[in-house]
Amino acid sequence: MALYSEKVMDHFRNPRNVGIIEDADGVGEVGNPVCGDIMKIYLKINENQVIEDVKFETFGCGSAIASSSMATEMIKGQSVTEALTLTNKAVTEALDGLPPHKLHCSVLAEEAIKTAVKDYYDKNGISYDPAEFPAEHECEHCMEH
Amino acid sequence: MFIYADNAATTAMSQKAIDAMLPYFKEVYGNPSSLYEAGQQAKMAIEDARGRVAAVLGCKPDEIYFTSGGSEADNQAIISAAKLGQKKGKKHIISTSFEHHAVLHTLKKLEKEGFEITLLDVHDNGIVTAKQVDDAIREDTCLVTIMYANNEIGTIQPISEIGAVCKAKEVLFHTDAVQAAGHLAINVEEQNIDMLSLSAHKFHGPKGCGVLYARKGILLTNIIEGGAQEKGKRGGTENVAGIMGMAAALEDAVAHMDENAAKLSVLRDRLIEGLNKISYSELNGDAVKRLPSNVNFCFEGIEGESLLLLLDDKGISASSGSACTSGSLDPSHVLLAIGRPHEVAHGSLRLSIGEDTTEEEVDYIIRAVTEVVTYLRSISPFWRDLVSGKRPHIFTELPG
Repeated sequence: MALYSEKVMDHFRNPRNVGIIEDADGVGEVGNPVCGDIMKIYLKINENQVIEDVKFETFGCGSAIASSSMATEMIKGQSVTEALTLTNKAVTEALDGLPPHKLHCSVLAEEAIKTAVKDYYDKNGISYDPAEFPAEHECEHCMEH
Repeated sequence: MFIYADNAATTAMSQKAIDAMLPYFKEVYGNPSSLYEAGQQAKMAIEDARGRVAAVLGCKPDEIYFTSGGSEADNQAIISAAKLGQKKGKKHIISTSFEHHAVLHTLKKLEKEGFEITLLDVHDNGIVTAKQVDDAIREDTCLVTIMYANNEIGTIQPISEIGAVCKAKEVLFHTDAVQAAGHLAINVEEQNIDMLSLSAHKFHGPKGCGVLYARKGILLTNIIEGGAQEKGKRGGTENVAGIMGMAAALEDAVAHMDENAAKLSVLRDRLIEGLNKISYSELNGDAVKRLPSNVNFCFEGIEGESLLLLLDDKGISASSGSACTSGSLDPSHVLLAIGRPHEVAHGSLRLSIGEDTTEEEVDYIIRAVTEVVTYLRSISPFWRDLVSGKRPHIFTELPG
């Protein structure tokens, strides 16, 4: 059996929505170089609060790149409130599964999107419940250091 | 295109090794412990192999113990020395922070049993000195265990000097020579090595077969209890075919060692020179005192697993010390030991070439790695931050 599913390898080899959006309405970055993965998501959001465009950049392993690609594909065209309901589980399922020690990558993707939406809310003075958003990213590894 | 550049992980078996094994599967299949002819033929074969392995290492046949591989040999050497020390009230062991886990985890176990372990710091070039060993030896030191050549960065340790220090201070000296055997000159007598581990599959022999050399008079502690095999120090029916393949592979490797080393080091240096042209990257470990087959680089701004997967797509088999490939949260302990920060240790690549590697393959590897590193950097927010100055570079743009 291969390390990853065909779906993961496809999104890793041909990632969708790679790049940056210069005048993004919301930007979210999670992870850090010490842990070996950083995801950055850029959102272009229209007046109806619909995600018109999304781009990402990822420093990380195959599943981190694939998770970012899949997550951006899933939220493109959605309203920001819909995007906020995206779970890491949904990303993992869409990828036909991830090895257990790689589930962390799908969590990063979920958190990167939420962080980008939060940035959009902050920039536009839209109120929200902070509890719905990830705190400063904390992984067990970083806690050790 | 298929380029196998992971010979430090394992090697393809040589035809000589395969041919040496074949008679012992279906023809001479007797149990060496059986008294009838078929058994005694097998017994004679492994005793012949024992003599040939001993001749290569410069010791006596009865100082050679066949094991299941390098890890078992490391375990047995260290535990035996510890038990001998304990009897004399000596419970201090010296090693280095970048040993193989077969050594480090065994030491960890002994630490829990009350032994004191000193792990010597490794210099930035991936080498420890005999002086460090000399300074660390105490009245209660029972063992010094230091690898001959590092499995990740290929750096060669001053084994003869360390052996001389240990001899002068009357401390047992074990070396994990798994990466060195068949590739570097070994003479346990001249180098004052008391115990040595090696593994057949690192020099074109079979997997599941190794050797523990232990100087006469060193009482071994069993790791595997059982029958009277290996003078009662390693129970279990001997892996006859494996032992025959190992002896043939070792003799063959040693017979061609100098020519192989000459050829490989030229290719290795070509590879290093080519990869040095990638900006913000650095060779890990000393450029000269390293295995002729080993190249190990860190690249800023990228992660090793994605590098390996894309190289695999291009037909290149290699390895990395990133956390994602080590199966733990931390990157390679070897790279951390030589002072690489976590963020670049995640972006490491080990290429270990073999005797069959060609110049064209080396050039293909250089092109492929350059391409993949450039691509991964183009999608990396970490690299963007390095370029924009938001985060500081760790390496210089090009080697000075």
